[in-house]
Amino acid sequence: MKTLAELQAIKEKMQGQVNLRDDDKSVRVVVGMATCGIAAGARPVLQAFSDLVQANNLKDVSVTQTGCIGLCQYEPIVEITRPGEEKVTYINMDAGKAKEVVERHLMRGVVMADYTINSSGMAK
Amino acid sequence: MMTELSLNVLDVAQNSVKAGAGLIEISVVIDTAEDSMVIEIDDDGCGMSGEQLAKVTDPFYTTRETRSVGLGVSFFKQAAEMTGGGFEITSEVGKGTKVKAVFVLSSIDRLPLGDMGSTVETLVVYNAGIDFIYRYRVDEAEFALSTAEMKEVLGGAPLNAPEVVGYIREFLEENTNECNKGKIY
Repeated sequence: MKTLAELQAIKEKMQGQVNLRDDDKSVRVVVGMATCGIAAGARPVLQAFSDLVQANNLKDVSVTQTGCIGLCQYEPIVEITRPGEEKVTYINMDAGKAKEVVERHLMRGVVMADYTINSSGMAK
Repeated sequence: MMTELSLNVLDVAQNSVKAGAGLIEISVVIDTAEDSMVIEIDDDGCGMSGEQLAKVTDPFYTTRETRSVGLGVSFFKQAAEMTGGGFEITSEVGKGTKVKAVFVLSSIDRLPLGDMGSTVETLVVYNAGIDFIYRYRVDEAEFALSTAEMKEVLGGAPLNAPEVVGYIREFLEENTNECNKGKIY
C-alpha cells in the first residue's frame, strides 16, 4: 500500500518553489461537468487539459469546471478565454481534441475552428 | 445513462459540492460473499426539505434554471435498481444528505465500477477547499484517502500542485489494485 510517508517527501521537495498566484492565470479553460457533460465524456477531457497544461508548463492557464450551460447536446463543452479575445466554445470534445487545442490554441494562439460551436451551424 | 458507476459517483458528488459541503465521504464496499457492491455518498451540506427530497429522483425535477430536467440522482437510482439492488436517499435541512446505492455484484445489468480513481482525483483536486474521505473495500482488503490528513502533511502546500496530483493518482491506483487482487469490478 502507498502511504502518506511518500507525500511528506514530496512536500519537502516542493518547499522553496515559488508558486504563481492565481490571479496571474489570465487564460481560462472551463470544462462543463454537469450530468450531461460527465455522461458525454467530460472527465477524461478535464483530466487531459489539466495534465497537458502541467506537462507543457503553461503557468498562465487555469483549468476549472462549471455546471450545465444548457447546450447538453454539444457536451463535452470547453470554453477558453484569453485576455482581450472573445470566448471560444469548443464542442463534442475528447482527450485527443484536447491535446490539439492545448498545442494550437493555448500554446500558439490558433483557434481550432473546426471544433468550435460555430462549426456546428448553430446560430451564435 | 452513464457508462460506468464511477461517473454516477462524480455526478452525484457534484450535488454535495453545490450544497456547500465542508466534508464529503464516499465509500465503495464490495462484498463477494454477500454478492453486493454498496456505494455511499454522505455530505454535511445544506440538505433538502421533505418536499425536495420527495422529488429528487424525479427526472423532471431540478433546481437549476439552464435546463428543465435533473437526471443525476435518477440515473444512479436506476443503475442500482436494475441490478435488483436498492437505492436510498435521506436528507435533513442544515445537516446534510446521504445517498446509498446497493448493487447486486454478479448481476448482468450491473455497470462496471470503472475508474473510481479519476473520479476521486477530479473531486479532490478541483474542490481543494472541501475535505474528502474516500474508502474502498473489497472483502477484507481496504484503504482510505483523507484530504484532511494529506493537508496536515502538506502544511500550506496546495493539494492541486502537480506533484501532489501525481501522488494522489498513484495512491488511488496502487491501493485500488492491491485491494482488487487482479479482479476488475
